[in-house]
Amino acid sequence: MGNFDRKIETFLRVFIDQGGYREVLIGLKNTLSIAIIGLVIGIVIGTAIAAVRVMPKYKILPRILNNICSFYVAMFRGTPMVVQLLVFYYVLLPLMGANLPSVTVAICVFGLNSGAYISEIMRGGIQSVDIGQMEAGRAVGLGFWTTMLKIVIPQAVKNILPTMGNEFITLIKETSVVSFVGAMDLYVAFNNIGSNSYEFMIPYLVMAVIYIVLVFLIAMGVRWMERSLKKSDRSR
Amino acid sequence: MIEAVNLTKQYGALTVLDQISETISEGERIVIIGPSGSGKSTFLRCLNCMEDPTSGSIFFEGVDLTDMKVDINLHRQHMGMVFQQFNLFNNKTVLENITLAPLHVGLKKAKGRAARIQLKREVEARAHELLQRIGLDEWADKYPSTLSGGQKQRVAIVRALAMNPKVILFDEPTSALDPEMVGEVLDLIKQLANEGMTMVIVTHEMGFAREVASRVLFMDGGKIMEQGTPEDIFDNPQCPRLKEFLSKVI
Repeated sequence: MGNFDRKIETFLRVFIDQGGYREVLIGLKNTLSIAIIGLVIGIVIGTAIAAVRVMPKYKILPRILNNICSFYVAMFRGTPMVVQLLVFYYVLLPLMGANLPSVTVAICVFGLNSGAYISEIMRGGIQSVDIGQMEAGRAVGLGFWTTMLKIVIPQAVKNILPTMGNEFITLIKETSVVSFVGAMDLYVAFNNIGSNSYEFMIPYLVMAVIYIVLVFLIAMGVRWMERSLKKSDRSR
Repeated sequence: MIEAVNLTKQYGALTVLDQISETISEGERIVIIGPSGSGKSTFLRCLNCMEDPTSGSIFFEGVDLTDMKVDINLHRQHMGMVFQQFNLFNNKTVLENITLAPLHVGLKKAKGRAARIQLKREVEARAHELLQRIGLDEWADKYPSTLSGGQKQRVAIVRALAMNPKVILFDEPTSALDPEMVGEVLDLIKQLANEGMTMVIVTHEMGFAREVASRVLFMDGGKIMEQGTPEDIFDNPQCPRLKEFLSKVI
């Protein structure tokens, strides 16, 4: 195992003495902010789309909105995240003449992408809430959107929380594709450490452990939220 | 107060309501009876456009509710509805169930912070008053899942009352209840009837229908086959379908 000890020594030298940890911290910050802000954007977009898709469709406007939303979901579910990232960064931005930091672009793309997935999760959640809840809201004179926001969506969120945790975990792991547009994330940081020392085994091992710890913490957080949201349920 | 004109409801090829025209005046207590599938619940649910009629009109105080340009939410505030499955808001406490709609409506009009605080105080005081009336004030901060069926339905009734409706529509209010809880709900409805509340009730409780109704409608096959005072309908039925129906349920 002398060989292994040397590998660890090399890693620690690059990681601590040569300041590799700074890149890792930046990478961790970027990974987390892309996943978290992306998720928040995704929840807002996804909830709006889901509500539009369950709207009664007597009038013209809901029908038009519904078609737009269907198109959006089809586009973002039909292409890989990497492709969306590349298209935004190397096609759409230059076409618009805009110049944004790659992390910002990644946050937007992750938000738009997860919005498409979350809209389907949320639609299932909304449809799992008894139709009587909507009817009761409408019967006392509340509008569709008011009833949706105050009554149906809070109950839907409780039903889909485990699935949303899953989506968040997927986002965290998928952030590793942002290296394609030159953003610094956990993978890039550890890859740099490896390149600097010609020694990849330990950096990649540590990287994997960090991902596992992140995912474990999220899973714990989701379970805690589930418990605290159960207060209006029958005592179980 | 409510006038249905040539009300028709079809689900595909199935005609559930067939050209019904009927007028309900203020202070009337209409009870609708009939076999299942006769369209009585659908008729009731068309009165506040919970179901959209296929054709025909509903006039509520002279306004055609089936007109798409009419703000239906505004008019529903004056038409309470009580459901078979209670449909209390599961994510709201008992008190919030009652105050939600009055607060929502009031806060749109209230100007300024002081007015809003004042409104909240008034609405909550009124909700507590209503809860005291049904003996459930101590449950105000509990969630509906902790209530029994009868308690839920009584809360649902005062939720409708909190909006000071001009009419209340009851859609089989006791059908989902355990037998021992039917009485408490019927008693509350009777109290409201005695106070002069206009109501339309779909029910299978014939004794209750006889006691509370000012007019009974017998529906079958999407039509009102016969109507009259409870005495007419129950003691002296004319149409053969009604006779057959009564012989089965009484």
